[in-house]
Parts: sequence; structure tokens; C-alpha cells
Amino acid sequence: MIESKLKIATCSLAGCFGCHMSLLDLDERLFELAERVELDRSPLTDIKELGECDLGLIEGGVCNAENVHVLMEFRARCKILVAIGACALNGGVPAMRNQYDLKDCLEESYLRGIGLVNPQIPNDPEIPLLLNQVHPLHEVVKIDYFLPGCPPSADAIWTFVNQLLSGQPLALPYTQIHYD
Amino acid sequence: MAEPDALIQTVHDIVQRHGGMPTRLLQILREAQDSLTWLSPETLDAVAGKLGVSPDKVRSVAEFYSFLYTAPRGSYDILFSDNITDRMLGNRELLHALCDRLGVGIGETRADGVVTVGTTSCTGMCDQGPAALVNGYALTRLDPPRLDRIVELVNGQIPLTQWPREFFEVVSNIRRADILLGRHFADGAALRAVLKRGPEAILEELVKSGLRGQGGAGFRSGAKWVSCRNAPGEVKYVVCNADEGEPGTFKDRVLMQDFADLVFEGMTLCGRVIGARQGFVYLRGEYRYLLDALKATLQRRREAGLLGAAILGDPTFNFDIDIHLGAGAYVCGEESALIESLEGKHGVPRIRPPFPTTHGYLNQPTVVNNVETFATAAKIAVEGGAWFANRGTAESKGTKLLSLSGDCKRPGIYEYPFGVTVRRVLDDCGARDAQGIQMAGPAGHMISAKQFDRRICFEDLATGGSFMVFDQSRDILDGIRNFTHFFVHESCGFCTPCRVGTSLMRDLVTKVHTGHGTRYDLEEMRKLGRIMRVACHCGLGQTAPNPVLDSLDQFPESWERRLRSTAFEPAFDLDAALEQARQLTGRSDPGAYLREEELMLGTMP
Amino acid sequence: MSEEQSFTLDGRRVPFQAGQTIMAAALAAGVYIPHLCFNREFAPHGSCRVCLVGVNGRMQAACTTPAAAGQTVESETGEIREIRRGILQMLFVEGNHVCPACEKSGACQLQAVAYYVGMLAPHYTHFYPRRPVDASHPEAVIDFNRCILCELCVRASRDVDGKNVFAVQGRGIEAHLVVNTPSGKLGATDFSIHDKAAQVCPTGAILTKHRGYEIPIGQRLYDRKPISVVGDVATLSESKGGRRHD
Repeated sequence: MIESKLKIATCSLAGCFGCHMSLLDLDERLFELAERVELDRSPLTDIKELGECDLGLIEGGVCNAENVHVLMEFRARCKILVAIGACALNGGVPAMRNQYDLKDCLEESYLRGIGLVNPQIPNDPEIPLLLNQVHPLHEVVKIDYFLPGCPPSADAIWTFVNQLLSGQPLALPYTQIHYD
Repeated sequence: MAEPDALIQTVHDIVQRHGGMPTRLLQILREAQDSLTWLSPETLDAVAGKLGVSPDKVRSVAEFYSFLYTAPRGSYDILFSDNITDRMLGNRELLHALCDRLGVGIGETRADGVVTVGTTSCTGMCDQGPAALVNGYALTRLDPPRLDRIVELVNGQIPLTQWPREFFEVVSNIRRADILLGRHFADGAALRAVLKRGPEAILEELVKSGLRGQGGAGFRSGAKWVSCRNAPGEVKYVVCNADEGEPGTFKDRVLMQDFADLVFEGMTLCGRVIGARQGFVYLRGEYRYLLDALKATLQRRREAGLLGAAILGDPTFNFDIDIHLGAGAYVCGEESALIESLEGKHGVPRIRPPFPTTHGYLNQPTVVNNVETFATAAKIAVEGGAWFANRGTAESKGTKLLSLSGDCKRPGIYEYPFGVTVRRVLDDCGARDAQGIQMAGPAGHMISAKQFDRRICFEDLATGGSFMVFDQSRDILDGIRNFTHFFVHESCGFCTPCRVGTSLMRDLVTKVHTGHGTRYDLEEMRKLGRIMRVACHCGLGQTAPNPVLDSLDQFPESWERRLRSTAFEPAFDLDAALEQARQLTGRSDPGAYLREEELMLGTMP
Repeated sequence: MSEEQSFTLDGRRVPFQAGQTIMAAALAAGVYIPHLCFNREFAPHGSCRVCLVGVNGRMQAACTTPAAAGQTVESETGEIREIRRGILQMLFVEGNHVCPACEKSGACQLQAVAYYVGMLAPHYTHFYPRRPVDASHPEAVIDFNRCILCELCVRASRDVDGKNVFAVQGRGIEAHLVVNTPSGKLGATDFSIHDKAAQVCPTGAILTKHRGYEIPIGQRLYDRKPISVVGDVATLSESKGGRRHD
């Protein structure tokens, strides 16, 4: 019997793509994965429109209006949504700006910074507006699973995806759980 | 601000008056603040220097109590009691009106430094609210005309002593009296009894009476006194817990106001029985208005030979009582936190065991009892244990004072034999249309009309006396939300699940109350509540989730009608979170908003 | 000679001496009960609540509850693990714990205990408090964002170092660690990295300057083995991965 391939989508919100790099670190295991899954929207496919998916893997926290739209779309189309990496789980390094008012952040970057010519805070409608604070995913949508790490190792991703795809209870070995 | 030399002198005088004792630190800080309006770093350092304690210790006490201020306050410091019963009586409208009229924001001090207006936890005037405190003194029955007058008095900077007396009138509202409130008691009778019959006989009567702690915990008083009497130690103490902080209760206030002799007599009796020479009344700061009268009563008792040296002429009977004022900390109602506070520290509950009966005040054996317990003990000493045990139920002997407030015609104090049904109480107080009762305060139980045949006693509904009635016109969730704010404010911050959990619970309740919650949030409340119940260090945190958990069971429809139909809602207002950026960029294009109707909010496959 | 007294911990017999707490007896018997504010060199504090155990069916902090003969103590049950996880999650959302940007990561007791209780994510809504970082001292830096109010530094400085450098002030969620100087700066104190107080922090709140990220990821204290096997960072010598300066 030929099983239909599971559809997976991935994206990076307020993250550094490090988690996606870790995904690529699966190396030759990627071929094995490709036997079982089909990638939908993802930075790896360049598919722009998100289809109905079995699994969504999201890296990065929520820092702007576009992140909110993308996250909600993923939530609406993915049966299982997974927050991957420190930023998705607790905001991570981008959330360190939560220590300051947004005004101070923008003024420091665009008005007071060294070497600025014609300083102004960008207001082009093409640029997503920033939220007052960076938030982890679970404060915006329901998240089904969390995979910590900065980034989670390829081994951790492999264990996690395998267990999930094969319907096993999720249990990462000790060395594959870390917050950094 | 006072000149440096004047400040030092003021502090010096206060510290001298308290014998330079570090255990009097909280009292010293209170008095320093009375003189200087707030506790500046210079004042705190001066206190530390004069007392010979480290400045950080003084500062940690100053920072812990709500009524101590480490930032400047207005000369008139007005704090509205913000219990749900005050809210039912319209205190929010009055608060906003007063702030508008005085030109000051809530919680702020007016630029001219004349007045500060804020809120505080229940001040124990629920039967005569809306209530407030001005410079620590209780104001009752606030209404628009009184508010008008207060605005004039404040703006005219009229001293409090010249404010109308009736503003400060506190009535007792005793609606039903039984054996405690109803029978005459001859001062000294209990002391004569113990001298005549001996401590063992009195203890026997107390044990036989079945009296249990009337603060609500219900520990058997006889056993407590026996344990303390038998505890090794030369110096023992008697402590009366008059830190009546549970919102909705005010029966101890009435006892201290109308029956102080009886309470002091119970304490003196206890002193004789356990072998203590010193007693303390820990009076909650909100009852500051009672202090002078209580001191006068103590003095009268000394002069009558009922207190002090050689009581009733017996040279071996020496016992005196000192009154300590609290300063706005509900947690100090917990007996070990109260002892810490009595010792001049911030009120963090101790690790128990050991218990106060062996390691109490200054680590010496100490009996801590509620006001009502001492008053009752004095009567038992005279009338006998059987007389008391004749009333009540198998496990709850005697009577209980209830403080009735909320939606009823006749709020006030009701004394009933234990075992009375909720329904009977509701009938007596004229609560015709009750939807639910918050029994024993926010830390107690919330019960719905289905349970009005339950009985008030330790076997069924235990209570310290708070009884707040919500009629059908009320939204139960208004009360629940008010209580979650109360616990956030009153958590001492020592243990993780209370310090953090109370804030998480408040935010979850607020989310649902404001129409942004889902079933998922209700489940989150349940889970959080279960952790807090078992994991917190003391009773405050363990009982803090009670109103939420009870109402989820008893009033599910009150919660459900607020819920969104979606599976999940964000923890914060998405569009509001863009407001700062909109302002900074001046953008108003469609992309500058996160409008709900354009979002796939809460949509899941 | 009287028979040795004992209680059972998850079905295992644990002997104890009179006056010992459940925690002390368990540690002596080599049984790990997770904890943060407890350090065997100090009097128990009982504030973090991570060491909750079921004692004859009732939840108690193992570090403050006296051992008693015949007690039935439960520690590693699903329910207790869940409660402990919840408490850890509360600590993580209360402060700002950005592990990837913290030098203590990998040798952090808070992190290691969170791993031990199976915490994958902080779960609750973050408070994102705004707390200062104090780098005024030449040898040490304090990042108040990482403080969990265990008061170990307070106790160590007061009781061992005799310097009383730290205190906790404020009430409820406003409670916070302070440095006991008028400026509130560590640099104005006689604090030294050789102080006991510099070595007891279970998080990265108090760190030694001029060294960091010295051990590669994968070889750090808690990278390979859980804290139940390795032990608390504060009680280990430097050769074993601790950071003591004595």
C-alpha cells in the first residue's frame, strides 16, 4: 500500500533561520524524510501560498503585524503546529528588545544612530509594523508541540519528526533537550 | 521636608519612646511617617542608626507594608476601600468623581503635594460602605454630598481634627446576639474564676467546651493552650490576632469597639493559664481609629486591678497587654507572619513546624488566638464548658459571629449557634434574591443557591465570619476578578506559585471577564489553581484560587456566557500592540491594523 | 542500640537521623529531589517550592519537612512532575531567561532542573519585566533579569561572608533583589568573587566577569548528564565543572 505523503510547511518569523539551518543539517537523512513528506510553503521551496498541511514547523517569535498574519494562517491550515527553537518558545534574543519602549528602539536605530543620513523612522506601508513587544507563538495561537533549542540540533529535529510521523509518544533523549 | 536636624530629632524621640527596641520597628516607622508624611531614605537611615539595625532591614520593612510610603505622599492620603462590597455600593463612581474634583489621578499625588487618592484592600466597613481611609482613619458611608465636603476640606487644608465627626462614625450594627454578645459580663469575672479554681480547672472547661479557633482555621483552643502551657520555656506570650484582613469580615472590629474588656479579659486569662506575663494585640492598621480608646481601656483595667502587676491583688498574677498596629498586609493574618510582624520584620510566614505554641514570638511559646476566641474563652471561664458546648453541632460547639454584607437589607453582625443554615441567615438579613454567597471571604468558598441548605460549621462550611451576598442582578465574575486583584496585591512574594500564580490567575480571569477568553483559558485556570492549592508556602496562596475554582463549579454559566466560540484567543490585544508603531510612523494604511475581522483569529483545522 | 529510623521515598527505604529533613535524608541516601533555593550548606528556605513531595498524601516542601518514621513520601509521580514543571514555568515567565544569550547556560541549575522535570517550553504568558543589569563591579556582573528570588546570595553574604551585600525588598510580584548600598550598585560594596555569595546563584544572575563561554557546547556541566547525576553547580569544585574560587 502506498501511503500518501504527509504535507509539511515551515517558516521563520522573528528568528534567524538558524532552526532551518539545523533542519538542513539532517544531511542525508533529508532524503529519507523526502520519502515520507512533501514540503509545502517553506523557505526551502519558495512556495508562497500555504496549502492544507498536516504539520507546520515555525521558527521565530512574533514581532510584527506580518508575523501575526502568517502565524494565524499556519494555524488555520496546519493540523499540527509546532513551535521550534528558543525564539518561538519565549521570544528569544529578539525579545530582548522588550526591555525598552518601541519608541526608544526605533529612535536609537533610525534617528540617533551613528552615520545616519536623512534620519527618519521608516513608514513605508510595505514594511510590517512592529508590535510593542516580541511574543512567543503560544501567546498568539494554540501550539501543539514545542521543540526547544537555539537551534534544536538536527538529531533533536530528527527524533521529534520521526516520533511524530510514526505516532509514537514524544520523548527526546536528555542530550537532545536544551534551551540554547 | 523636615530639616536634617529636625528629622534626626523626630526619629530620635520616636525611637526613645519605644525603648530603642528593634521589635518596635514597624511601630516606629508608622509614627515616623505620621510625623513626616513619608519615609525618606534619610528617615530610614536615621531609624536604622538609632535602632542599631542594618539599613536594608529597615528598608525591607518599609517596602513591605502598603501603608508605609517610601515616596512622598499628599498631606491628605485618601484610600478607597476596594472590596467587592464597596464596589456594589458604588465606590468606583465616587472614586472617579473625587479624583476629578480634586484634579488628581488614581494612585497619584497632586502636584501641590496636598492630596493623594488611591485604593486599598477591604477596610472592614462593608456594612457601612462605601468606605475609605484618610491618613489612616476610617471614613464610612461615603456619598456625593460627603464627597463634596471632603473636596472643600482638602482644598481648604482643614486639619482632620476639624472634619465633621459623623464622617468618621463607625456603627456596630449588631443584628442578632446570642451567648457571646447577648449576655452581660462582669469585668474581672473570668480572672476571679481562674484565681479561685486554678488554671487546670479552667483549661478543663475550655477543652470540654470544644471551642475552636474563631478566625476560621478551627484549631481546638483548649489543645493549643495546653500545648503552650506544657511547652518548655520561662517566657511565654499571648497574642490576639486582630488583623482582620479577610475581605467582608468586620466582627473583630465590633468586638474591639464594643467588647474590648471581654477580649482583654480572655487574653489575661490565657496569660494566667499558660504562664505568660506579656500579651500583644495585633490590630490591623485599618482599625487605627480604635487605638486611643483601646489604650484607655487597658489603662482603666490596670487601675481596676485587672491588668498589670498583682492582678486582683494576687502578687503572682502579672500580665500586661501592648497594642501593635499593622500597616496594610493581609498576609499578617497568618499567625507566623503576624509574629514576624510583631517582631518588627516584614510579614513573611514562617516554615511550620515548629508552631507558635512552642516557637512563637521571639521563639518563645506563644498562643495566637483570634479576637472572638479570646472573648469566648473569657465567657467559658465563667459559665463553664458545658454551657458553651450546649449549643452548636457535634464538631462545632457554641456560636459564631458572622459579618453580613453585600445585597441584603440589614448588613451587620449576626451571632448564631454553629449549624445554622445559609438560608436562615439570608432570611434574617433580608437577602431576598441571592444568587450566591462568598463565604469566609475570597479565601473561602463561593456557593450558589443550590447549596443554601448547607450549614455553617466546621463539618460543612467553615468560616471566619465573612458572608458576602450577591443578588441576581450581580455579575459573579465582577467579584471573582476583584478577588484575584486582591490576592495579587496581598501575596507576600516569598514563594513562587503564589508570587507568580496570583498574577497569572488575575490575567486569565481578566481575559475571560473582558470577553477575550475561550474554554482553553478556563482549563488553564483550573490547572493553575490546582498547582497553587497544593504548592504554596502558606494558606494565602493555597486559598487564593478558591473563588475561581469554586465559581467554575458553581457558576459555570457566568463564565460560559463570556466565552468566545473560537478554540483559542491571543493573550494580548493584537491591534493595540501596534498602536505605538502607528503613532511613531504616522501610518493609517490597512496594513497598520490587525483588525479582528481580517484575521484568521482562532481558526484551526 | 535502637533500630535505625526510616521512611519510604517512591517505595525505597530511606534512613534518617533525628532532626533531618526529607531532603537531607534523601540526599544522604543518594536520592535526588529537584530543588533551587535549597543548598545543603544553608538553613532551608522553602520558597521556590520545586522540591514538593507528597508526604502521606499531602504536598510538602522536602527541604523544610522533618523526616518521620514510617512516612510515605512520593516524589517522581506524574502529578508531582507536572506541578514542579508548572513552578519552573512560572519562574521562566516571571523573569527574562534568554538561555542562548547567557554565559551560565549549560551549567545553570535553573535550566538543569527544568530539563529534569521535562519542561519543553515556558507555557504561561511572559511578564517581560524590565530589570537592570549592574556591571559596576570590577569582578562580577549582576543581571537582575535572571534572579529567581531564592535568596541564596542574601543568605551567603549575610551568614557566611558577613557582608550583608544583598536583600530582597518589595512585596508580592514586586519583590526584587537589591544591593545594599545607597546607589544600589554592586561596585560600591566590598563584594568579591571569592565570596560565598558569588558562588551560590542557581542561575546566571551573578556572574564572574572576564570569563565566559569557556567550555564548548556539548561538554558543559549539564550537557550530557542530568543534574540528578551531576549534582548542583554551586556545590561542585571547579575541576568538576563548578565555578568556585576558593
